[in-house]
Amino acid sequence: MSAQHIPSATVDPQAQPAIEMIDVHKWFGEFHVLRDINLNVRRGERIVICGPSGSGKSTMIRCINRLEEHQKGRIIVDGVELLDDLKRIDEVRRDVGMVFQHFNLFPHLTILENCTLAPIWVKKMPRKEAEEIAMHYLTRVKIPEQANKYPGQLSGGQQQRVAIARSLCMSPKIMLFDEPTSALDPEMVKEVLDTMVGLADEGMTMLCVTHEMGFARQVADRVIFMDYGQIVEMNTPDEFFKNPQHERTRLFLSQILH
Amino acid sequence: MSTAVDMPRFVRAREAEALPPPNLARGPIAWVRENLFSGPFNTILTLVVFYLLYISVPPLLNFLVFDAVWTGADRAACRADAGGSESGACWAFIWDKINYFIYGSYTISERWRVNIFFSLLAIGVVWLLWLKAPRRDLGAVYFFWVFPVVSYILLTGGNENFSVRFWIGFAIFGALIIALFAFVSALLKTSMRPALILGGGIVAVIGVTLALVDFNFGLEHVPTSLWGGILVTLLVATVGIVVSLPFGIVLALGRRSNLPIVRLASVIFIEFVRGVPLITVLIMANTMLPLFLPGDMTVDRLLRPLIGTALFASAYMAEVVRGGLQAMPKGQYEGAMSLGLNYPQMMSLIILPQALRIVIPGIVNTFIGLFKDTSLVAIVGIFDLVKTIEASRIDPDWAAPTIGLTGYAFAALFYFIFCFGMSRYSLGVERRLAAGQKR
Repeated sequence: MSAQHIPSATVDPQAQPAIEMIDVHKWFGEFHVLRDINLNVRRGERIVICGPSGSGKSTMIRCINRLEEHQKGRIIVDGVELLDDLKRIDEVRRDVGMVFQHFNLFPHLTILENCTLAPIWVKKMPRKEAEEIAMHYLTRVKIPEQANKYPGQLSGGQQQRVAIARSLCMSPKIMLFDEPTSALDPEMVKEVLDTMVGLADEGMTMLCVTHEMGFARQVADRVIFMDYGQIVEMNTPDEFFKNPQHERTRLFLSQILH
Repeated sequence: MSTAVDMPRFVRAREAEALPPPNLARGPIAWVRENLFSGPFNTILTLVVFYLLYISVPPLLNFLVFDAVWTGADRAACRADAGGSESGACWAFIWDKINYFIYGSYTISERWRVNIFFSLLAIGVVWLLWLKAPRRDLGAVYFFWVFPVVSYILLTGGNENFSVRFWIGFAIFGALIIALFAFVSALLKTSMRPALILGGGIVAVIGVTLALVDFNFGLEHVPTSLWGGILVTLLVATVGIVVSLPFGIVLALGRRSNLPIVRLASVIFIEFVRGVPLITVLIMANTMLPLFLPGDMTVDRLLRPLIGTALFASAYMAEVVRGGLQAMPKGQYEGAMSLGLNYPQMMSLIILPQALRIVIPGIVNTFIGLFKDTSLVAIVGIFDLVKTIEASRIDPDWAAPTIGLTGYAFAALFYFIFCFGMSRYSLGVERRLAAGQKR
């Protein structure tokens, strides 16, 4: 687990890590939910995070776009350190897309409006251009024909693909996935995973909390196992699944892989 | 015929086709049996309701319509001893007094101005409420700025003759506002330009408004003590509704704010105003407001209850809106934030449209309550519709037994038409908004 921190200014931006987390701690009241998190994510790297529920995996990736606030340590996203500065936080959020377990689409807006809202209001893009981009990404997630429906009229898998397209419309540099398939019916999981695999193939930097170990094997560069708020083990998927080192990892894997 | 359950193995050989539902009993007799007489309890209820309708509706119709007196010049028409009919409503009285009920004592030669005000109000209401109307954004500007300014000038006559001192005071005030915006933007570390444009815009709008009010259009001044009747009722209701919704939203957001001072101020305001009867608020606004203001400053006697009702309704509105905000799932906030929307964008584009939709019934409930509460301004000597009726029914020219009843029936009809209209409109909006988004 490397925490070698190179001062950001001296390196060229391509070599600079996409995300750096240095000694990050977080508490919910008295409960120490994140402990000593150190993580460097390279550009274009795909990371899968797994672990039992309550292990802090969601909290960790939610810290990256400041949906949760860390109380100790440093988080640097794309060269911008997350501090209390609201303006910089909004800048980071613009570059970091997030897909939620429960989609969090806006039910009062159509699919197209869901996708164009942020480009129009945050990026000040002309409506027409925003709509073209939205249709491009909706085509990519294979639901352009649903553009004028409302989220409530779509199936769960379709809604999640819209949520992915909505994030992509902001042309993010990093995508965070917080259990994107956990709320889906079994027959809809594949269509969402296929979309994510496509995204990974294009070189998007991805952090993905998921229990889909097939997906981890197929696309991840690194798999992280978390428990009790700590990173317990981190390895390439081959090594992680074949040769888990930590006892808790072995226990966890034995429970989810039959 | 055996079913799949009986057998260990089953493979469907023939598709089960979708069939129409079985032919249920239809027709009026089946409907009556099913809905009115479906059981002993239901049958008793139906009969009781029919009996209540039988003893209440015919006398009411007789009084209001069949036995009513429609024409006549004075009390003789409505008195049996003078040859008239005594058992029905005396609509001739309403007809004779209708101008007083509409305008109060408003200068007779200037009543065309009130008519223009009514038309402008109708245009604004239709423009905003008719969902397919063109350019509803301009409609909002019209309703919230052009219409109030024009109405003020029309109804009072304008020509306020502000002193030089006043304009100097305004210049200082404007500079302070712009400075405040710059300060807040520096505090929040957002960019300075939009804050300055916003601050400057607000000052400019206020300045233009004041200049228009100052300008002499050559209209005769009509003091508010002469206003009355439906004019005052609609004025108080409109101002109350227009102020209470945005102010209530601000209070509700303030009450849920993370900033302790903002939250405390909102809570104190809401709880204080809600914990006090409207009559008390009105009397306080009438008698105590002048005590708090500097000696040379007077607040118009109509403006005082106007402010009182608007603030009162705002506190209720704030709680209604808060209910809607609390019903919003956390995911909607997170979805908006994760896209980089800032707080005002998140609230105005994502949260409030949904939260307000949830509480449309509550909002309209508050509006209806406010509309009827306007009759309480009579307490502080304002001649609203009910008060004009009270004043007219003791007119000796119209001394007749049915006059009082007729007057109140007229008021009831007036209030009912407006309140029922609001209620139906809100139901229509709810249906329309729900259409696309059923889950």
